[in-house]
Amino acid sequence: MPARAHVKEQADAFERFGAQWTPTVLLLDADGTERHRFEGYLPVPDFLAQLKLGLAHAAKARGDWTDAERRYREVSNEPSAAEPAAEALYWAGVSKYKASGDPAALASTAQAFQTRFTDSSWAKKASVWSG
Amino acid sequence: MEINWQRDIDAALREAKQSGRPLLLDFTAAPM
Repeated sequence: MPARAHVKEQADAFERFGAQWTPTVLLLDADGTERHRFEGYLPVPDFLAQLKLGLAHAAKARGDWTDAERRYREVSNEPSAAEPAAEALYWAGVSKYKASGDPAALASTAQAFQTRFTDSSWAKKASVWSG
Repeated sequence: MEINWQRDIDAALREAKQSGRPLLLDFTAAPM
């Protein structure tokens, strides 16, 4: 469900949600809890990837690890949105581990980062899972 | 595809809660 607040007409909404810049986009789950936020203009593929990442975060917050992993995998395979894709690859590994309890899920994620998104902060975070 | 933006944030929050659907909230300076 999409809702929009304008900086000149709804300054109180900006204050209420801590929006300090435009555009700021929030993804809230059904109970109104913020699950994802991004600021600044993005090209359409990146924008859509960020929305999908937010829905994956919402699934993670529900503890629905199977749905979260599926959503994260989808974002991680977005060829034109490297930044959210790298984050999604990390959380896909976490979700698989949380669903299975198998640490191999983390090790295989660390291995994947050796060839994908190698310069990202997410690759560094996953490096601790190697070996 | 045209997006039907809800302009009343509190109404949008209520509707999200009632429907169980997530809410996309866009803070903008673009003409509306």
